[in-house]
Amino acid sequence: MSTVNMTVNGKKVSADVEDRTLLSAYLRENLNLTGTHIGCDTSQCGACVVHVDGKAVKSCTMLAAQASGSEVVTIEGLAKGDELHPVQAAFKENHGLQCGFCTPGMIMSAVDMINRHGGANLDEKTIRQELEGNICRCTGYHNIVRSIEAAAKAMA
Amino acid sequence: MSAEGIGASVLRKEDKRFITGKGKYTDDFTVPNMHFAAFVRSPYAHAVIKSIDKSAAEAMSGVVGVLDGKQLTDDGIGNIICGWMVHSKDGSPMNMGAWSALATEKVRYVGDSVAVVIAASQAQARAAAEAVVVDYEILPVVVNAAEALKDGAPQIHENAPGNLIFDWEIGEDADAVEAAIAGAAHVTEMDIINNRLVPNAMEPRSALAIFDEAEDHHTLYTTSQNPHVARLVLSAFYQVAPEHKLRVIAPDVGGGFGSKIYIYPEEIVCLWASKKCGVSVKWTADRTESFLTDAHGRDHVTKAKMGFDANNKIVGFKIDTIANIGGYMSLFSSATPTYLYGTLMSGQYDIANVHCNVRAVYTNTAPVDAYRGAGRPEATFVIERIMETAARELDVSPAELRRANFITQFPHQTPVIMTYDAGDFGTTLDVALKAADYDGFEQRRTEAASRGMKRGIGMSCFIEACGLAPSAAVGSLGAGVGQWESAEVRVNPVGTIEILTGSHSHGQSHETTFAQLAADRFGLPTDNIQIVHGDTDKVQFGMGTYGSRSGPVGMSAIVKALDKVEAKAKKIAAHLMEADEGDIVIENGEVKVVGTDKSLGWHEICLGAYTAHNLPEGMEPGLKEGSFYDPANFTFPAGSLICEVEVDPETGNTEIIQFVGADDFGRIINPMIVEGQVHGGVTQGIGQAMHENAVYDDSGQLLSASYMDYTMPRADDVPSFNLSTHETLSPSNPLGMKGCGEAGAIGSPPAVINAITDAIGNNNLDMPASPSRVWAALNA
Repeated sequence: MSTVNMTVNGKKVSADVEDRTLLSAYLRENLNLTGTHIGCDTSQCGACVVHVDGKAVKSCTMLAAQASGSEVVTIEGLAKGDELHPVQAAFKENHGLQCGFCTPGMIMSAVDMINRHGGANLDEKTIRQELEGNICRCTGYHNIVRSIEAAAKAMA
Repeated sequence: MSAEGIGASVLRKEDKRFITGKGKYTDDFTVPNMHFAAFVRSPYAHAVIKSIDKSAAEAMSGVVGVLDGKQLTDDGIGNIICGWMVHSKDGSPMNMGAWSALATEKVRYVGDSVAVVIAASQAQARAAAEAVVVDYEILPVVVNAAEALKDGAPQIHENAPGNLIFDWEIGEDADAVEAAIAGAAHVTEMDIINNRLVPNAMEPRSALAIFDEAEDHHTLYTTSQNPHVARLVLSAFYQVAPEHKLRVIAPDVGGGFGSKIYIYPEEIVCLWASKKCGVSVKWTADRTESFLTDAHGRDHVTKAKMGFDANNKIVGFKIDTIANIGGYMSLFSSATPTYLYGTLMSGQYDIANVHCNVRAVYTNTAPVDAYRGAGRPEATFVIERIMETAARELDVSPAELRRANFITQFPHQTPVIMTYDAGDFGTTLDVALKAADYDGFEQRRTEAASRGMKRGIGMSCFIEACGLAPSAAVGSLGAGVGQWESAEVRVNPVGTIEILTGSHSHGQSHETTFAQLAADRFGLPTDNIQIVHGDTDKVQFGMGTYGSRSGPVGMSAIVKALDKVEAKAKKIAAHLMEADEGDIVIENGEVKVVGTDKSLGWHEICLGAYTAHNLPEGMEPGLKEGSFYDPANFTFPAGSLICEVEVDPETGNTEIIQFVGADDFGRIINPMIVEGQVHGGVTQGIGQAMHENAVYDDSGQLLSASYMDYTMPRADDVPSFNLSTHETLSPSNPLGMKGCGEAGAIGSPPAVINAITDAIGNNNLDMPASPSRVWAALNA
């Protein structure tokens, strides 16, 4: 067993977990933060992306113990109260989601992408390349790209 | 009418919960005493089960049950059904083998479920499943459908001799069609493979079964596109619980694309095991389980020939297809390669002589069933590959060859059952050609060549049959169910509305689009309208969502119920305002008497219906109406798609430069949502054409069983799309809708392959057109 201590969405949490517990499982099962989704076993789909110390991480590819001491933000922690994060708002405004399953990971990846590149510097080609680690089966990516373009502009 | 009515791109009501992580999918539910199921699956594609030793697993920590197929059968759980009876051309019924939710004597594909472990944690269940020892006698394997028909092929089900399930035909007399083609001025012949796909909804299948012993009542949360059908089948055929003691809830569902229509072994077993073990049972597939056991799609091998007269008119079209059904017959597996395939073989063209023969075959692979488009993509691929190829052979413009053969008069009876009721194929082709600057293509090809690149352009003029379906018609063709839809409109005393629908939304945006119908009718904001679906305790019955039916069938049921609500509201209003019923109009949330200044608020009429203090003589209180809508005909969405590609001859890598679509979906309720459906459909079609392939090796192992091995289209594999719509209204339903959910996946694969083969100058190219295949074809 490992004792993990971390801050999740601004709240300090602590638990004893099996050593093999993945961060994704810890978030979903221990903290009931079920917005982080599990879409594959191979860290390919990106439905489980969260931010660990400000960086986008596939939470199924990291042990909870490895995140001990870190600051974790999940999709549930992105909005400020009722005020949506600009990326969340842009996904709604631009019909960037359909079934919603890949959406939390898409949004968390998009926030990280805009943070790294700066809102003013994101063109369509870069956005599409940056989305390499996130699979969507519904939208054909068209409106996800429009959403991220709009959010990048809003955050520039 | 309202700003959020029919035709408005209203932003989605359902988005807020999804963008904030508050969606509730089946795996997100936790209930008291929840245990976990792990399935023991066959590692062999074909084997006899000689014995199962459960003793080690039963002794492991946390395990409360290890159950096998004998126990399942002994408890009276029925075999898995196929919902559509297809007869061979000699009149004999299809040869269907038995499928038990847990295999008893034999396993027939890798992943076939043999036993289940129920344990306190998922890790314990999985560890114990590993400890179940199954002694198999390995049998010879066949995975390819054509091979399975050959003499000496392994026999998969005893009652399907030679692995042939049925040998079916549709259309005009085969000899007459052959004779028509024999007399043609030109004949184009092709061998066509339609590659096997895995649907890959992003949410894996999941089930959570809860048994209430005191009430003898079961609840099943499950990833279903049609929870009522699931309840009916689980109850009537599998006998896990009587219908009134079984509640099926399909909450938020993360995509389906057909794969979540079917009632799989896992749902049956979880329900059965929850009662047997006295615990709630959850199972969620991991992605490899999804690859192995979700119903796959397509997998056809076809020989086709089309004859043309001296004026390039089609004189005959003959198709001979072998369809791989997999190891067992899934729910719609018989209908998909027959009545959803052969019936579309006239395409957009006026062809007097069509004959289509289909042999359906068992193999040692996962069951194959309807996947987005279901039979219609396969038909479209055959027709549109052959049209483009014929144009090249005849040295005429592909667009003009198609135009010369278009059906222009409606209704049009095809030789393959369907009666097309409306369409304008010339216009959608014109619009697509213009949007793609088709005339300017040769200049672009020359420019690309100057950079050493090979540019190509290809098109596809598709038609599909949606709006499944007129119940009596499909019943006469062998369907086991009717294909109507139900709706109930409940108006609350304060004037807000709940619409209960038998359709199910798993990405289709029903919570918004369906609300727009009531907003339009009464001039209310969509915020005042709630859509209720996916719960058999709330909605009485419904046939669910597949086959692009929620628009033309599901929304038609809502329209019919709204008609009744409107009529009653007008009667009440006329009575209250002492006016003639015919003079009442409802708009902008007000109920008015035309030509006067008399009006009441919508909410006042609604409240009046419930206080019942002053209703017309004999009228019952309340404002709630229902409808069961059975469509008059199929609907026929159609359109033209054009794809332009550039191939790098050094690597065989193909880039899609532009993708243009001009579609006719009939009446559109929300253009933003319709366009989004086409984006996704086209991307799945591009996936089939260029990336995706489910590959079994000769021993029946699925080589492409993870996202490391099966190429899903990603954001940098597809372009932004250039789409438009041009409507002709369907006369078959009250709104004139045709459906849009599958069109992109149906129409796009031939457009892509036609473009790539044009670029490389070699027509011999199978899907998926991977860089290695394109490079090889270019250098052949």
